[in-house]
Amino acid sequence: MDDFASDTDSDYTSYWRDWFISSRGNEYFCEIDEDYLTDRFNLTGLNTEVQYYQYALDLVTDVFDMEVDDDMREQIEKSARHLYGLVHARYVVTTRGLAKMMEKYKQGVFGKCPRVICESQHLLPMGQHDVANMSNVKLYCAKCEDIYNPKSSRHNTIDGAYFGSSFHNILFQVYPTLMPPKTQRRYEPRIYGFRVHASAALMRWQEERREAMKDRLRQRGIETGFEDEDEVEEEVESEEEEGEEAEDGIDDMFEGQMPAAAHVQ
Amino acid sequence: MSSSSQAPESWISAFCSLVGHEYFAEVSEDFIEDDFNLTGLQSQVPMYKEALEMILDVEPEDASDEDEEEEEDEDEDEDDMQQDGTDGPGRGYRRATDAAAAAAERRHLRMASDLSVIESSAEMLYGLIHQRFITSRPGIQQMAEKYELGHFGHCPRVYCHSAKVLPVGCSDIPGQETVKLFCPSCLDVYSPPNSRFQTVDGAFFGSTFGCLFFMTFPELDIGGQMPEPSTAAQNSTNAAATKDSRSSLSSSLTSGQTQIPPPPIAGTVANAQLPTQPESINGVTPKNLAPGLGQGSIYEPRIYGFRVAEIAKTGPRMKWLRSRPADVNELDECRIWEQNQEATRGSAGITDGAADLGDSEMADENAEVDEGEVEDEEMHVNGAAPPSGGTQDENAAPVKEVTSRRRPSRRRGHDVLHNGENGGTALSVGGAG
Ligand SMILES: [Zn+2]
Ligand SMILES: [Zn+2]
Repeated sequence: MDDFASDTDSDYTSYWRDWFISSRGNEYFCEIDEDYLTDRFNLTGLNTEVQYYQYALDLVTDVFDMEVDDDMREQIEKSARHLYGLVHARYVVTTRGLAKMMEKYKQGVFGKCPRVICESQHLLPMGQHDVANMSNVKLYCAKCEDIYNPKSSRHNTIDGAYFGSSFHNILFQVYPTLMPPKTQRRYEPRIYGFRVHASAALMRWQEERREAMKDRLRQRGIETGFEDEDEVEEEVESEEEEGEEAEDGIDDMFEGQMPAAAHVQ
Repeated sequence: MSSSSQAPESWISAFCSLVGHEYFAEVSEDFIEDDFNLTGLQSQVPMYKEALEMILDVEPEDASDEDEEEEEDEDEDEDDMQQDGTDGPGRGYRRATDAAAAAAERRHLRMASDLSVIESSAEMLYGLIHQRFITSRPGIQQMAEKYELGHFGHCPRVYCHSAKVLPVGCSDIPGQETVKLFCPSCLDVYSPPNSRFQTVDGAFFGSTFGCLFFMTFPELDIGGQMPEPSTAAQNSTNAAATKDSRSSLSSSLTSGQTQIPPPPIAGTVANAQLPTQPESINGVTPKNLAPGLGQGSIYEPRIYGFRVAEIAKTGPRMKWLRSRPADVNELDECRIWEQNQEATRGSAGITDGAADLGDSEMADENAEVDEGEVEDEEMHVNGAAPPSGGTQDENAAPVKEVTSRRRPSRRRGHDVLHNGENGGTALSVGGAG
């Protein structure tokens, strides 16, 4: 089999797919390899999901050459886009698909996390569902581990199932070094410089959960993954040390007094 | 916009209608003309007087056209009434929005560079006044109207369900950060979606406004459009199981596990037996305390329907950030502390005090408060005693509880397992466990 390792797949022409992925609004999609699309095994079950399945597949693979009226053409176009999306969800969890999406991720094609504290962490597209027509594509931030709506309305119409609910998690399993360090920093609502009781109490409660989690992880010898973990540890340690010193200081004071007292005697 | 030659529009409304200035309220002239509101700003803005005059559309006092003053004043007042109805008598300035020829001439004479300095000073000054205005009664009212109309947009977070956001600054000092959007539903701040707001200084909104706003209007419904209780999450995962064998990666990651149905989402049952919720918790209605957080609003990473375990190297670490107790009584720190004091005052053997703390997490929290507040002796007693009531799932790790108790830091939690986090058969993928 030919080696299509190059991202551009320039060895052959793929009119429909070229057109599709370069269309405005389709920036999140990567190009599915020809050989992936032509392997029927990869398409198992999709024939019942897609109307005019065979025509749609022919169109996607540039072998559709039937004369049809505009209505039919439009139907088949729609089916082809749906088919491409469904195959895409399977493709992006293959080694090649992951590699392509990883490149796009590095380039920031999927946008940046809107959360201020995440400091423009790059996002990944994902679906909350693996079934089509349930929800639109969302964007996952690996720093805050939350999901966001795409900024642009042209992305808000893409079906989340075209990316699926696993892809973004698998990507970090396969490329663990891409996992950004987590941060404990956060926004603290304040009024004239003072924290607000209701939110502060909730945040203390949350932070207790966080510390409990970190304890669980440490107990098992697992990295916590927080960026400033070392610093925080040092801080805590120095606090502890200070505490000890203070105690020592008191002891010293007493010890110091003993000879003095003895001297007086 | 500074030149008033053809536009009857005031400088303020022109400024507020600029692209990127959609978040600004129109500061009333009354507010600006009250010197008290400008206290301290003189030293922060170059060419303060000129900038202030520009904002108020007035020309500097000039002896040469003193005569025309009265006439112009009258015209002026009419204009003002039409625009905002906030005209006040007894000002020390002479108005000129009807663009007297003399004014235009003077403008031409003024150095162009001067003008641009004044222009930017005026923007700075307006922003700083604005920061104060929107925490005043009329200002916060105006912002409330904009908020209700959704002028500031919606939270981008999926689980906030389009909760309305508010422009805020993370600093009160200009030049530090651009304007951000505060979401009351998740208590977090976000960058505005459009880059045109990236030139707007956050200090012009200030760090106090966001909180003050929601304390001023506690009756506002901040939850966004909550969806119908969804079973969608569970449904979705089933479909995934059919395709895993095809993916080269998944087979190695999830081998042998794919046929197990996804675990039920833990804790959905627990909601049924919540103790009575207070009317208000720490001054906020529970309904309005971060409604976008907590169970069901935390993203749960899954691979082919299986939760990624916490102990996996790339497992979830940030759930705490989006957590919220289902029972808000857990946030009543004073009551918990008092209850705990009572519990310790009764001897360690008597479990009456602990009995009413049905919830294990609450019991834990009690113990934790102890660490901070109770002296050594008591702490040892407390630590040696069996953990106070209701620790069904924590029983497995009594040793750990005792050891971690020695740590002085209040935040050292030691509740070992939470149902919602480690219960069920979470799949450990590439995990270290
Ligand atoms: Zn983020
Ligand atoms: Zn939110």
